[in-house]
Amino acid sequence: MNFLLSNLGQVWALTISHVWLSAIPIVVGFAVSLPIGWVANRYKVSRPVLLTIGGILYAIPSLPLFFAMPALIGTKILDPVNVVVALSIYAVALLVRTTADALASVPGDVVQSATAIGFSSWRRFWTVELPLAGPVLLAGLRVVSVSTVSLVSVGALLGVPNLGQLFTDGLNRSYPEEVAVGIILIMVVALVFDLVLVLLGRLLLPWSRLDSSTRRIRRSATMKAVTGA
Amino acid sequence: MTDFVAAFGWLFDPVNWAGPGGIPARTGEHIVYTLLTLLLAGAIALPIGFLIGHTGRLRGLAIGVSGALRALPTLGLVVYLALIMANISIVPPLIALTILAIPPLLAGAYSGLESVNRSTIDAARAVGMTEWQIFAKVELPLSLPLVIGGLRSGALQVIATWTVAAILPVGGLGRFLFDGLAVQNYPEMLGGSIIVVLLALVSDGLFALTQKLVVPRGVVAGKVGAEEAKEPTRAFGITVPGRQTL
Repeated sequence: MNFLLSNLGQVWALTISHVWLSAIPIVVGFAVSLPIGWVANRYKVSRPVLLTIGGILYAIPSLPLFFAMPALIGTKILDPVNVVVALSIYAVALLVRTTADALASVPGDVVQSATAIGFSSWRRFWTVELPLAGPVLLAGLRVVSVSTVSLVSVGALLGVPNLGQLFTDGLNRSYPEEVAVGIILIMVVALVFDLVLVLLGRLLLPWSRLDSSTRRIRRSATMKAVTGA
Repeated sequence: MTDFVAAFGWLFDPVNWAGPGGIPARTGEHIVYTLLTLLLAGAIALPIGFLIGHTGRLRGLAIGVSGALRALPTLGLVVYLALIMANISIVPPLIALTILAIPPLLAGAYSGLESVNRSTIDAARAVGMTEWQIFAKVELPLSLPLVIGGLRSGALQVIATWTVAAILPVGGLGRFLFDGLAVQNYPEMLGGSIIVVLLALVSDGLFALTQKLVVPRGVVAGKVGAEEAKEPTRAFGITVPGRQTL
């Protein structure tokens, strides 16, 4: 761990930048996918269309998408915005499916009851459907969070500063220890993000630990995110 | 837009289609690397996944290992293996990519087997099938769409990662991206990116088609009735959106 001790300041700066580059796409992805996922779940026609678009976007390899960003949004190739926008696209692509599945997992009886006691559809969404969809959404967010943290490192190939720079730099200097430090720190960042999400889930969705049927749906949502099936 | 015009200019320039560094040769390399990786990963992940799915044991362990592997940054693993093996051939990235392709394949295999209805398996056992027959004749055919789904996302990941692996002196389509970046030739980078994206989409489409084709005929026939039974619940004329897709 000599490398880490003698470069603490630089590694810390890269970690901070890595955290930002990962956190923004996750938050943006969540916010954007919510309305799209709602539309996907609400109308019979829109579901296959939106999920197919999401699937295609998610199929695009990351590095080529980073490289294509300047041509698509007119940035410079070194601009960190490329990485943030590209990763937000992935997050949306994955979360649209999760959001649609999560909303579909809300029991119809509950939705009917809410309608029956006079909830407007706006209020029903925010106070009934969204909270009940929470556990499944959380499962999707955790998948997105892990993959985003890991993909940010690929941005280092375009010269965007983050922990991935320890890989490119370590390769140039033939210094495996530097690369190992990068791998470990990225996994630590991913773990911390995951813990934060789990903790948020416990705080905001305290009922989710009790219900075994949501656990089953949540697991299948994770599976779908992983296998794309 | 001018960027794309330049990229297509690069793509259709005959100079870039000839020789060992040309587009067809690089695409061929990329496909061979990808198939080799999937073959290795499949040989490791599928038997283990089937065993877990069939016996229902060690599932927690498999989920844990898969999760941890997903957090592993691909680029880091590729570079690290290349450095500690002091080897600049395709072997270090091949090992790294095989490791990274295991989680989706494993997940597809065991979740596929788990998705098979328990009573179907019990029925197979009751009519006297051996465990092997249950696996080969009942579980495997019924789970194929999910197993292939695992291969599908594994293939996407492998195609993407071989592009990244071109940070090492290996072939494949990533060469265009890295070589273009080195000399600030944006049309080459973008042109190379377009080919990788096309390759990924073609692969995804082929796997999606295969997923549809491998559904056993009996299941397809049974599905029609099932779909009808799942018509959206209409009570008092209210359509409940939540029920449509359950």
